[in-house]
Formats: sequence, C-alpha cells, structure tokens
Amino acid sequence: MRALTWQGTQDVQVDNVADPEIVNPRDAIIKVTSTAICGSDLHLYDGVIPMVKPGDILGHEFMGEVVDTGTSSTLRKGQRVVVPFTISCGGCFHCKISQFSACENSNPVEKQDASEMLYGHPMAGIFGYSHLTGGYSGGQAEYVRVPFSDVGPIAVPDHLDDDQVLFLSDILPTGWMAAENAEIQPDDTVAVWGCGPVGLFAVQSALAMGAARVIAIDHYPHRLALARMLGADTVDFRHSNVREALMEMSGGIGVDAVIDAVGMEAHGFAIDNMIDIAKQKVGVGADRASALKQAILAVRPGGRVSIPGVYGGMTDKFPLGALMEKGLQIRTGQTHVQRYLHDLLAKIEEGAIDTTFLISHRLPLEEAARGYKSFKEEQNNWIKVVLKPGMVTSGPTLRG
Amino acid sequence: MSLRPHRSWSNLAVLGIGLAAIPAVAFGVANARRRSDIRSDNAPGFTARRSFGSFDVVGRSVTIRRPRAELFRFWRDFSNLSEFMENLEKVEPDATEAGRNTWFIRAPAGKTFAVETRVVREIDNELIAWRSTPESEIETEGRVTFEDAPGERGTRVGLIIAYKPVGGAAGKMLAKLMRRSPELQARHDLKRFKMLMETGEISTSARCRADRSDQQQAGSKKEHA
Repeated sequence: MRALTWQGTQDVQVDNVADPEIVNPRDAIIKVTSTAICGSDLHLYDGVIPMVKPGDILGHEFMGEVVDTGTSSTLRKGQRVVVPFTISCGGCFHCKISQFSACENSNPVEKQDASEMLYGHPMAGIFGYSHLTGGYSGGQAEYVRVPFSDVGPIAVPDHLDDDQVLFLSDILPTGWMAAENAEIQPDDTVAVWGCGPVGLFAVQSALAMGAARVIAIDHYPHRLALARMLGADTVDFRHSNVREALMEMSGGIGVDAVIDAVGMEAHGFAIDNMIDIAKQKVGVGADRASALKQAILAVRPGGRVSIPGVYGGMTDKFPLGALMEKGLQIRTGQTHVQRYLHDLLAKIEEGAIDTTFLISHRLPLEEAARGYKSFKEEQNNWIKVVLKPGMVTSGPTLRG
Repeated sequence: MSLRPHRSWSNLAVLGIGLAAIPAVAFGVANARRRSDIRSDNAPGFTARRSFGSFDVVGRSVTIRRPRAELFRFWRDFSNLSEFMENLEKVEPDATEAGRNTWFIRAPAGKTFAVETRVVREIDNELIAWRSTPESEIETEGRVTFEDAPGERGTRVGLIIAYKPVGGAAGKMLAKLMRRSPELQARHDLKRFKMLMETGEISTSARCRADRSDQQQAGSKKEHA
C-alpha cells in the first residue's frame, strides 16, 4: 500500500509499504477514505518529539471503511467508521472511569519504558505518534490496523460526508475537552491562545457552553478572521500587548479562564521564548511554553487554565509563583476521545456543530509531503489539510 | 534474620526455615520485622535499598481489573505462564505428581535450560508459592499473591521471585539473564499478564503478523487459541 512515512526532520515521503494485517483478535483493518494532517504532526515533522524512526507511518486523524475484522472485533465489513487517535482497551481501570487516553494496556509493554521513565507512568498508545506512544502505524495511508476495534471506532451514518465527521477522530473532541476543562460559567470571558484547528474548535465549544465572551489570540490574519466568524473577539499579538488587551477587555478583572491551544512550539518574541527556541535547536529538550506562561499571567485570581496544547518535556522560568499565589486550577491531557464521540456526533447530525469550515485544502495522499510543507510554512492560509487516498486528481488544490 | 552470602540454601532448609523466611526481608513486611531491625516504613520488603546476599530477588505488583478467583485459576495452571513470561518457553506439569512442574527457560543463543519446582504452599484465591526441587540445577522460589484492590479496581497481584545461581553453565546463564534487568523483566511480565487478563490479548504495534514474531515471542499464542 501507499503511506506517508517520516524520514527525518522536515523530511516525509509517500512510500510503498507492506499492507497491514489482523494481528490480534480484537483488530480491524480500515481502508482509509479521509485522513488529516494535525498541528501536532508538525511537532513530529520538526523533529521535536523523541523516538520517531525513519519509515514510521504518521497520521492519527482518519476514518474509512472496515475491510477486515479479527475474531473478537464487533465491527462489520463495509461499516464506515471514524477512529479515535488514542488507542484504548476498554478493560483497564482508566478506561472504566472514562480516562481513555490513560489506557494502561494499549501501549505495548516493550514500548512503555521510555515514557514511564520520562513521566513516571507509561503513556497510552496513539496512532502514528512516535514509539513513546507505541510505534503504531498511522492513518496517513491506504489501510490501517486498528487494535481494540470494539472500543474505539464509532460508526457514522451514510448521510454525513467524511468532511463532516472526520474531525471526531481528534481535534473536535480535543477542542471540546479543552473548553470543558476550562469549566466555563455563563458570564465568563475566556481567552484562547492559538487559532489553529484545536483553538478554533475550543472557541466554538466555549461559546456553545455559554461563555459570555471568547477572545482568540494569534498572529495570522486569516486564522483570526475564522475565529471572528465563529463569534470570538480577537487579539493579534503582533499588534497589541496581549496581557494589557485582555485586562482592558475584561474590565480590569482578568479573563476567567484561559486555554493554551499552542503547545510546545510557540511563536513569540519574548526573550525567554528565544532562549527556549535555542535550547530546542541544540536538542536539550526544552518545551517552548511562552503561550502558557502568558496565559497564566493573564488569567484572573482563582481562574482556570486549560492546556490542550501538546508538551513533551521540561520547561524552565515557569511562573509557578503566579500559579500558586493566584490560586489557579490547571487541567490538561491527551483527549479522552471515546468519552465525547457519541454526543459530538449527535451535535453534528443536528447541525449544531459544523466542522467543514476548517478545511482549507484537500489533497490526494500522494501529495502528502507537499501538504506538510505548506501547512508548516504557510500557516495563514493552510488551516487544515485533508488527504484522500482515493483522490486521483493532482490538479489545482481544491479550496473548502 | 538476614540472608548472608555464606549461608547456603540447604543450611536454611536444614534449619527448617520455610518459604516465608528464605529471603525474609524481601518476601514481606510482617515477616521482615525484627526487633533489631526497626523500620521507618511499611513498604514491601523487596523495595529495600539493600542486597539479598547471593540471591537475586525480584518483586513487583500490578493491579488487574478482574476477579481474584479468575486470576488465581489462570496462574494455578503453570502451563499458562509462558503466555506472558517472555523468557519462559513452556512449563510442563509432572504427570505423576500434582504441583510439580518443569520450567523451560530461554537462554541466549537459542538454548533453554530446565528448572524443576514443586508447589509448597497454596491458599485458595490468595497465594501460590513454589520452590525448586533438590535435583534442580537452579535454586529458586517464588510466590504470587492475590488480594482484593479497593473499590472496583479488581485484584492486586504481587509476584516475588528469588534465584540463586549455583554455578555451572545454566547458573551463569541465569545470572546473566537475571542481572541484565530483572526488575524490568518482572514488570514486563506482569504487565503482559494484566493485558491478557483485562483485554484477552497482548498489545503489539506490529503492522503485520510477521513483524510481531520479530518484535516479541511471548504472548502470540492466545490469539490462535
């Protein structure tokens, strides 16, 4: 089959690789019809996530048709399913309390040691996201082996297009959980750092949960325009002093909740961010956390800090004093996708949530490498790239 | 009583010190308590920062979200153990004597060696303890305990194994195998046991069946069962 493989920093290519097979009884094989490039794939692309090996198939946002099932799978051939990016067994303590992304069994034993050493506990399995999370072959391919297929995938009705439901795999529930973690109350002003897909869905979710006002922060005009279209106010950090703007926009109180949808590769001119960029370049594993630091200073005392942005290592100059003295609450984590799938699919069916506005580009899988490069380098216009393995044309890029 | 390097296994046996006392410090909290050895914690003995003389002692616990009786039943059939113990090729029960087993342990270079054990103590749904027979090349004993975890968490399984390599090729090989990283091995084996019990299979990221046999030999049997 054809699949997008990682070869090195900012070097990915579509290759011929062996087709996946049923390996365990609960497996299913999915023929991919749509798969997206995630902002967090850019962390892999940029080589800032450890334990990625040349030849690894990337991609953790995908959906498709069931073409083969193991003896214990509950899926049927021909079903259309969306697959959550986190792999969950459904039987362990964490799965039973709906903390699916902390599944104890989905990361193969021999792969657990690295994250256990780094974090004190092993991470769960994730598709196409380094050997820290299992080394599973990802979804930017024609076919994918999906373990525990009786737990993760959700069947979607035929009258909904791929574009309407694909983002159930990651970014829609991730944006939703980000807003949920911000514990939004009706009169709240919520600030969201980053107007990438997760940030935009967090904006949408926060408004749906009844926030009085959502302020979105970014520096790409087109992304800020999308946030405004969803109903947010916006702050361009290249034009305005973010903390001052947020204080004034919240009447001197400070915002009630903040959401860091940026993560470890934050842009910004602050001196500490420049030092962190330098450290990341020389490979001492520092996370650039300038968005998070700014968010902690901007949130009001007693406020909530929600972190859907991805971090992998350590950071220094962290405003621990502000965190404690202001009495903040922090909630974060990989998304417990399976917890939200049912409700979010219902909202999509009702027309309460539309995700298709996000898609800026649709490309054949064969052009995935171009998709990565443009998504990385032209962030203003390349908002979300969906790859279609079945798409034959390689003509002018279709705009959503 | 502490284990001293010069004190041999047979001496201990002669002294009538049973299983619970062999690496007494390692095998438990209560048993390890000595008036002369006042401890400031009640952590499991095998987590102590000390050596156990000539014994290699490995102890690990895991919480498995399955009923105690089910886990006990699975473990009690020693031939099941090779499904999740990586270095164990198979265990053959003795046809004539219940509780007597021969373990075939994988060694480097495709070799195996045999260890003969006898179950020395068994409490239904709580504990199974085994010890090598006098004829065995390797002196070893092990104990697995099952206790209810709080709430809905299932069962806490504790495994502790003590080995004493006794010279010879097998002994040296075992020492090498065990000293490579015994804690890691025990932890991995218990995690595989947990996977098998909680999910019915052992997780692998292999894309094809052929990749799996490269990655990992143990645990591939269940799926064909």
